[in-house]
Amino acid sequence: MKMPVPDGGIIARRRAIVDALRAIVPGEGVIVDENELRAYECDGLTAYRQLPLVAVLPSTVEQVSQILKTCKDMGVKVVPRGAGTSLSGGALPLADGVLLGMGKFKRILDIDYANRCAVVQPGVTNLGISNAVAHEGFYYAPDPSSQIACTIGGNIAENSGGVHCLKYGLTTNNVLGLEMVLIDGTVLRLGGKHLDQGGYDLMGIVTGSEGLLGVVTEVTVRILKKPATARAVLIGFPSSEQGGDCVAAIIAAGIIPGGMEMMDRPAIHAAEAFVHAGYPLDVEALLIVELDGPAAEVDHLIERVEAIARSKGCVSARVSTTEEERLAFWAGRKAAFPAVGRISPDYYCMDGTIPRKALPLVLQRMQEMSARHGLRVANVFHAGDGNLHPLILYDANKPGELETAEEFGNDILRLCVEVGGVLTGEHGVGVEKRDLMTDQFDAADLEQQQRLKCAFDPDGLLNPGKVFPTLHRCAELGRLHVHKGELRFPDIPRF
Amino acid sequence: MTITTLKPDTAAQAAEAVRWALSAEEPLEVLGSGSRRGLGRPVQAGHALDLSGLSGVIAYEPEELVLTALAGTPMDLIRPMLAERGQHLAFEPPESPEGGGTLGGLIACGLAGPRRISAGSARDHALGIAGVSGRGELYKGGGKVVKNVTGYDLPKLMAGSFGTLTALTEITVKVLPAPEDTATLLLFGLDDPGAVGMLDRALRSPYDVSGAAHLPAGVAARSGVATVAGAGGAVTLVRVEGFGPSVTARVALLREELLADAVLGRDESLAVWREVRDGAWFGAPVSGPLPNPPPPAAGEGAVPDTRLAPSPASAGEGWGGGNHLWKLSVPPASGPGVLATIQRTLAVEAFFDWGGGLIWLTAPPDSAATIRAAVGANGHATMVRAPDAVRAVTEVFQPLPDPLMALTRRVKASFDPKGILNPGRMHAGV
Repeated sequence: MKMPVPDGGIIARRRAIVDALRAIVPGEGVIVDENELRAYECDGLTAYRQLPLVAVLPSTVEQVSQILKTCKDMGVKVVPRGAGTSLSGGALPLADGVLLGMGKFKRILDIDYANRCAVVQPGVTNLGISNAVAHEGFYYAPDPSSQIACTIGGNIAENSGGVHCLKYGLTTNNVLGLEMVLIDGTVLRLGGKHLDQGGYDLMGIVTGSEGLLGVVTEVTVRILKKPATARAVLIGFPSSEQGGDCVAAIIAAGIIPGGMEMMDRPAIHAAEAFVHAGYPLDVEALLIVELDGPAAEVDHLIERVEAIARSKGCVSARVSTTEEERLAFWAGRKAAFPAVGRISPDYYCMDGTIPRKALPLVLQRMQEMSARHGLRVANVFHAGDGNLHPLILYDANKPGELETAEEFGNDILRLCVEVGGVLTGEHGVGVEKRDLMTDQFDAADLEQQQRLKCAFDPDGLLNPGKVFPTLHRCAELGRLHVHKGELRFPDIPRF
Repeated sequence: MTITTLKPDTAAQAAEAVRWALSAEEPLEVLGSGSRRGLGRPVQAGHALDLSGLSGVIAYEPEELVLTALAGTPMDLIRPMLAERGQHLAFEPPESPEGGGTLGGLIACGLAGPRRISAGSARDHALGIAGVSGRGELYKGGGKVVKNVTGYDLPKLMAGSFGTLTALTEITVKVLPAPEDTATLLLFGLDDPGAVGMLDRALRSPYDVSGAAHLPAGVAARSGVATVAGAGGAVTLVRVEGFGPSVTARVALLREELLADAVLGRDESLAVWREVRDGAWFGAPVSGPLPNPPPPAAGEGAVPDTRLAPSPASAGEGWGGGNHLWKLSVPPASGPGVLATIQRTLAVEAFFDWGGGLIWLTAPPDSAATIRAAVGANGHATMVRAPDAVRAVTEVFQPLPDPLMALTRRVKASFDPKGILNPGRMHAGV
């Protein structure tokens, strides 16, 4: 993975940059000590590490604005960071860049039940929002598995999902308003407590932009009433094809479950050995289908799902009868990553989306790749929306094995694209999948995306080296080649 | 002005047409079926790019919850195709009064109906796009699967951009199961604040309310649904949808919770929400209540009463009536206050949707400043119907604060540097 070559001129001006930042954020808010900077050298994608030039931890919007304007004026790159839980290296620092940590923005500003929304600072954790409104029976719907640690600001950057997003949407579907700061220090408000923005849907572009367009300083999210009931069915199948068929049949029956997760045999065994959730060990695919809503609806749908599962040849189907049992069904799935961590020194978590119908083919090809690369793979799968999380098992202490795991991962993601899917369903492109972007997008597609970035960040200072495999100057991207003359297709009908 | 219409049959031809326009520096009015030409500001262009020739569903896979179609595909073709498999576009887009309309136009206008509060808007269901930028380049964005965060979410930006960024040639949308059953609880005689308070209670309940509207007396009286029109006063509507047993159970629970006065069954419920969705009561200049239609036939297999109030005239085109139609999006709890402020100085008629967060209102000419002052910075007001001559000189969309307008112009230029595509449709110069 090649990052942009650090600018020696910027590194040589480190003292002046630090002084400029200290003039904005006094005291301990500017971090220069190497040991202290270690805390920021990587995010959740720990294979890549880099000390930033300097880290700055502002606590007001005004400071963020001044920092960004100063960096723009001095030509210094900026890497924004929330809790640093990104799995794609979105917050990987740059040797010649300022790391802008938003961790001090921890306040919940307003909980407005009458408008069914909460206004929070970006450093509030995802779960912190749900906890703050839980006593009124509300919650914030997107629930990435890092929700205890990840921040809403990071969720905006990555457009985070979770196991419930087929029914309740990703971050982008649950955000009502943003305050953000552009690289030139301009503070903008998009949306608010009302629905839709007037004008272009810039909120839709900023959400999931991986810190390349601006720095979010305030977020208004929709909060929902908790479903009255939730029950889950644990269904075992002798083959992943049957599991996949069952998922398709549930959706074809008009049922959108609150959660619908699938695990393959290696993942089932690892999870069961770790948390003893009571998973059947003699199946190839295990499906957890959770129905939530009013009790009458859940009871009705549980019966229908059971019937569908039987018609698709399930070998076991258990319905949760108590809340404890429902949570036990989930315990194995939620612990799948650490469970795999117990059976392998290291694992590498991938995140592609496929059309669900391609699942048997993809699993089969993955087994072939596994044999070829000599590495095991376990699969957990957000089955409802086709989002695969293959976990590649490797040992970083064995020379070359990390590289092999990455190559295996790249092969999987290319396969996702080949069958009509995409590189990432919820983890983001970051540095991890950056060089695969050309497998999904043509040059024209990527150039248009980069032109849009130029509208926000004309000097390319915000989080460069992420998302786009090739950096272009905005002037070059904006150049227009106009060929004077007649239509080449004179046969276009005209009236 | 001589109007030439270019009607490409392929995306490549559409790109060629835009490249020609670029070289000739001739702006293009980008059109699907043209059914929404009355939305937004009139485009001053000597040439039209008619994309209705790009028609056809490329892939519809109900189990994958996606449909991909060429942008000019008529909605009249897509809707029955979805209905046949028990699916729909969950954002409940309004239908063009005379029928017509294309998928591309629907997404480009970013329209959504009453279910906006629970299912999101057009932007939430636009998964992938392909199109021709104002640079004459074909490109694509998003994907063809329901969950995707690869690159910028360009389909969202296209939704509601009114063809000012890209002439769309292909669109992938999320399609969802249509509800098996539906019913609507009615509350009679509430004033605006009281009604929005009850809608809030309904929306705070765990019963998945998917429609929350309030019709003041004068509007309710014009409903084609007898139970609504015959209530003799204001009517507040709370809709539930879903599987049959679930609808029955939730209606019972909500009826008790809200002390509802009546319940509309499936057919009447469908009819009244069509009226809410299309703002049907404001279809013509307000001229007093229409005669009440007779009550619909009862019993199994009853045909829904279609004798509704007149549907809106073609939005703007040839519509010369006195009052202009507006839609205001505000924080739901502040809806009644915003309307009361407007009503202090203007004679307007209005109703609420989105739990109070959407105000439909008809107002006399030259009301823009008063309406927008009442909305303030916490929302936006869009003039959705007025004659061309009025829309040409009015800020149809909420004027943006300077920094946001500057960014908007830069975004426009990043797709369409010479202002070839639908110039001025949204804002002067954009």
